[in-house]
Amino acid sequence: MKPNDLPDPAAEHGVRQHWLSELAMAPLELLELFFEKMEASGRLPVATWLRKPQSGLTMVRARAGGTGMQFNLGEASVTRCAMQDGMGRVGIGYVRGGNSRHAELVALFDLALQDAALQSEILDSVVSPLAAARVAAREKSSCEAAATRVAFYAMAREQQ
Amino acid sequence: MYVAVKGGESAILNSYELLAAERRGDPDVPELTLAQIRQQMRLAVDRVMGEGSLYDEDLAALALKQAAGDQVEAIFLLRAYRTTLPRFGYSVPIDTARMALRRRISATFKDLPGGQVLGPTYDYTQRLLDFSLADTADAPTPPRVDEPLPATSPRVTDLLGEEGMIEAERPAAGDPAPTDLSREPLRFPANRATRLQNLARGDEGYLLALGYSTQRGYANSHPFAGEIRMGEVPLEIIPEELGFAITIGQITLTECQMINQFAGSSDVPPQFTRGYGLAFGESERKSMGMALVDRALRAQELGEEITSPAQQAEFVLSHTDNVEASGFVQHLKLPHYVDFQSELELLRKMRASSAKVGAGDTAIPGVQPSAEREEA
Amino acid sequence: MNDPRPLPTSALLPGLNDPVHDSQRVFRIVLSALSNPASLHALADLPVPPAPMHAAAGAVLLTLSDYETPVWLQSPTEASAAWLRFHCGTPLVTKAKEAQFALIDQPLAMPPLSGFAQGLAEYPDRSATLIVQVRGFSSEGPLFSGPGINGQRRIGIDGLPGDFWQSWQNNRAIAPLGVDILFVSGTSVVGLPRSIDVQNKPARGGV
Repeated sequence: MKPNDLPDPAAEHGVRQHWLSELAMAPLELLELFFEKMEASGRLPVATWLRKPQSGLTMVRARAGGTGMQFNLGEASVTRCAMQDGMGRVGIGYVRGGNSRHAELVALFDLALQDAALQSEILDSVVSPLAAARVAAREKSSCEAAATRVAFYAMAREQQ
Repeated sequence: MYVAVKGGESAILNSYELLAAERRGDPDVPELTLAQIRQQMRLAVDRVMGEGSLYDEDLAALALKQAAGDQVEAIFLLRAYRTTLPRFGYSVPIDTARMALRRRISATFKDLPGGQVLGPTYDYTQRLLDFSLADTADAPTPPRVDEPLPATSPRVTDLLGEEGMIEAERPAAGDPAPTDLSREPLRFPANRATRLQNLARGDEGYLLALGYSTQRGYANSHPFAGEIRMGEVPLEIIPEELGFAITIGQITLTECQMINQFAGSSDVPPQFTRGYGLAFGESERKSMGMALVDRALRAQELGEEITSPAQQAEFVLSHTDNVEASGFVQHLKLPHYVDFQSELELLRKMRASSAKVGAGDTAIPGVQPSAEREEA
Repeated sequence: MNDPRPLPTSALLPGLNDPVHDSQRVFRIVLSALSNPASLHALADLPVPPAPMHAAAGAVLLTLSDYETPVWLQSPTEASAAWLRFHCGTPLVTKAKEAQFALIDQPLAMPPLSGFAQGLAEYPDRSATLIVQVRGFSSEGPLFSGPGINGQRRIGIDGLPGDFWQSWQNNRAIAPLGVDILFVSGTSVVGLPRSIDVQNKPARGGV
């Protein structure tokens, strides 16, 4: 058993995994909006490029029959970057597609989120609203699809 | 042999400009934006992404605009562009069970958990031209119900699999990384992973025709559309610097699970077999064609007699790629002046000699006209 | 190939300033170095790599290596391993024979050339490319000849083991198999593809 006072590394990954994923899936306009707010407050970290935004490819893998052997389906474009603050912390941005600005904002927020003084505030004011917006968009689309679900009913044949 | 002939340069440069002007068309008509192509020609964009083997809606829309809507040309443009990009790695295998469904139907079970969800389909349209679309109108709002679909829906094949009625799809021992046709040339015999990659970027028309041929009796695979689903799946990668998976975005996929003629052996009781299709975007016809051809190509593995074109892996897989096919067919437009002159010469000699020998005697013994041409 | 351990990122150094254009620029110069063998080529505006890498060695590795090219480091350090993994996803191998690129920073203690991947008869390109860091280059040295050299060319490569040129001739003898070498020092690079012959005779007047 692990002592309770030590942070569980798996859980720590879990939080960063969550914010990196939400930031990457967020619409850029929304992310820009949060960026402007944070910048106005003057609390965003000052960082230098460790790896400037670069577009490349990732090979998308799938499985035969959904669950079988792996195969290569085709590639998807990916843009990534990394930046570092004076403390040596590294903010990383990976987004699907070719938008450098999106990757940059993900890395910047990732960096800010590693600052204990900012983390819970950004989780509340940025990451949670992004997650809520994403879930709402998914639900809207799902409710539209659900409206096309077939409701079968049996017709009783009249007795001759 | 080619003989360099100069003089085409200014003609070529002028043809670029003429092409650009023709692409633009009447300047009084507003120019297409990429957003319009992406939004309102989305199925064309999806096909270009699938056969261009690069999921990027913006680049695919640009390719379509540049190619003036010529799909195969747009696919070629996208394929060429991807070679300029570095490969960062590969994704975690996507899980279609986690798909946020927008369409999901089964032709094998009426009542399946999660239900039959028609989604945005042309299936039930009347295929009558809608002249109201000739004018612009306000964007329609689709109907919506209060309750969303379940977060995940089981695959029909998984339900059948629980009863052991269909062959299991399990990872190969050790779950090996598949060979990558964008890195390694196609070799025969090709394993199923290689075949699926080849089919996934294959020409839709070709797969459709081959799939159709299996239904018309050229291969007997007796297919049912077990399930077709379309929607968004998260795309995950494990960046080297993190060591754990992150989602970097979503991609739209169409998956087709064909349930086919059963097979059994002394070890395995009779059970249904499977054919699998998966394509980028909303590409239902493509994924169905792919699933039919995947199943046909499994003939040897399932101990079936190979009698039809769709079962012949070397024939099928060597001709799926429309970039290669288009290049090789279109290379016939390149100058073959010298080669043709030599055949013309030969033909003249043959005719002269047959005129000497007399009517009815047309061939020069030991001389065959060459069928070989210059290769591009 | 992925190393499951998370990457220590705190002491990372930046990579190429403009990954796309800088790697194209470095690639072009490496190409020139290999097509004009035994001549000095200068690289400019390079990032500072972790020790013991020279700037040219770091830039060449950032340009040529990726997650599909195993790299062997003669003197692996935590910092250089992390730097390559971070910027290129490069897998590091501990067996020289498994590497596609090898960085040798102590030429006097380097493994024999035959200890690296030599390529296959069907795929001679599957041989290793060695990046050998040397003390410097001079105008006095062996005479080189072969494809890319009009006649003969002379260049001194300082800090190689005494039997190096004999090993090189053995490497030459198995062409089309064998390794290719990029000698680097500071920001300079000299290419030596496997097709090049060396005559290791001291320079005489009037040559």
